[in-house]
Amino acid sequence: MQENVNKKGIWKVIGASSLGTLIEWYDFFIFGSLSIVISTKFFPSDNPTAAFLSTLATFAAGFVVRPFGALFFGRLGDLIGRKYTFMVTLMLMGGATFLIGCIPSYESIGFFAPLIVLILRLLQGLALGGEYGGAATYVAEHAPNGERGYWTSWIQTTATFGLFISLVVILLTKFFLTEAQFDNWGWRVPFLLSILMVYVSYLIRKNMDESPEFKKAKAEGKTSTNPLKESFGNKYNLKFVLLALFGAAMGQGVVWYTGQFYSMSFMKTVMLLDSDQADMILGIALLFGTPFFVVFGRLSDKVGRKWVMLSGMLLAVLTYRPIYQAMFNLSEQSNKQEIVEKRTETLTPATIDDEREIKTITKYYTDGSYSKEEHIKQKQIIDQNHSEEFKMTVKTNMFLSGSNYFALIALIFIQIIYITLVYGPIAAFLVEIFPVKIRYTSMSLPYHIGNGIFGGLLPAVSTYLATNAKTAMDPTYYLEGLWYPIIISAVCFVIGALYINKNMVAKDLN
Amino acid sequence: MENIKKILGILWIALALLTAYFCIAQFGLPKIVSGKQEDVVFGIIILFILTPIISVGLGVFGYFALTGEYHKDKM
Repeated sequence: MQENVNKKGIWKVIGASSLGTLIEWYDFFIFGSLSIVISTKFFPSDNPTAAFLSTLATFAAGFVVRPFGALFFGRLGDLIGRKYTFMVTLMLMGGATFLIGCIPSYESIGFFAPLIVLILRLLQGLALGGEYGGAATYVAEHAPNGERGYWTSWIQTTATFGLFISLVVILLTKFFLTEAQFDNWGWRVPFLLSILMVYVSYLIRKNMDESPEFKKAKAEGKTSTNPLKESFGNKYNLKFVLLALFGAAMGQGVVWYTGQFYSMSFMKTVMLLDSDQADMILGIALLFGTPFFVVFGRLSDKVGRKWVMLSGMLLAVLTYRPIYQAMFNLSEQSNKQEIVEKRTETLTPATIDDEREIKTITKYYTDGSYSKEEHIKQKQIIDQNHSEEFKMTVKTNMFLSGSNYFALIALIFIQIIYITLVYGPIAAFLVEIFPVKIRYTSMSLPYHIGNGIFGGLLPAVSTYLATNAKTAMDPTYYLEGLWYPIIISAVCFVIGALYINKNMVAKDLN
Repeated sequence: MENIKKILGILWIALALLTAYFCIAQFGLPKIVSGKQEDVVFGIIILFILTPIISVGLGVFGYFALTGEYHKDKM
């Protein structure tokens, strides 16, 4: 039956599925991409580090609930069908994202602001938990035998492309607004735009048919009556769930989040790169790296999924520390020689609208890079009697140019290639090891634990490890956060190499 | 190879126990009682999310490996 599905039909399936999944990822990632500005809007401003960590924890909460979304919607998908289930997840995601853009700030509604953000973030996580497994299953069940890696790899591009689109929308919003406008209300625009995108995707998806394999199973009365029990209460199936988690999804999750999120956070908070420049560098690397999902998905059809995925993990284990050391060196001011005569200083006095007095020192270096140090002097209320005092803060933005700029793009691009190696074939791998009747439930759970929990907690855990090392005056504190993805990937590589059988597929696919 | 897979089951179970010890005694509980907001968040993540998944999941995986469930004839 699968072989009879024509190419045009598959492209229609891919297009409709990918667009919806792309939008879900976009919705999910704008929260991460805007985490620094969100931390100042929805959390108390008296401790910026705690606010940032709380934002990361809220960001992580969205990942933590993804396995629950996988269980809830996976069960629905195996009972009533793939199509209707991922329509529901799409609407849930769009609604939650739109509402995040409408929440008043902490200054307006106090504690309710972070509480509502957390609830909506949890809804986003639940929706994504249901969406991805449905889309991957839906596409795989339309794909001919021997080509699942290729066709499902298009779905795999959506996560990275969703992040890319989120960065583009944010950069465009910043481009059309002043810094103050973006800070006041402009950051809400990417959230509000989501509702339009979701509506378009809904219109496209609503005319699609149910997957042929599920329709056939349903017509023959071979669907599951209790997918959860059959997936996890059955020892034979449970061992595949655990193997999929510890031998593939766990390592894939940390490689994915290191390349796309830790790298971004590293550029902004450790290298002190200008936020727009960091977004641009990541965006360029993503643009050039994304086609490799399809390349490695296709390759996995030819040589098997196992070693394509595991090679990405092994490369990550061996090269993360040298890569991040090289990134750090590119922006480290002590490695640079300043052209002292070009240094400029400007003073922006306080006004009625902006009570901050800002002295900006711009330093130029011989390698073409320059940095802007803003010494901000601002009045702050220090007690309940409204006593005021001046507080001085220094904000540094580094701008790379020339060979350093391209070298940084290359270093991020290498990490994106690792992601494409581990992530390109994984949807086909997961779909193929579970039978049709419990596929949605069984494949969704390990994927979302691997990504949502092992991967999603990476920014919080790695930031914490690096912060601790910095407090302990470790000279290479900026590399210590990498131990988390390195150890997880190494364990996953060993388990995958030993226990995954190259030709492991569910019996009803043989 | 099949024997190595079985013997390594012991390693995965040991790793699960070791992870549980470090997550609970070294990272989770001390952070939760530290009183610092950022430590509490980290402690909760470790204790209630990572620990059960790594320890229980890896422990069961190790048990399956040890009892030969991942033998090529049973896959």
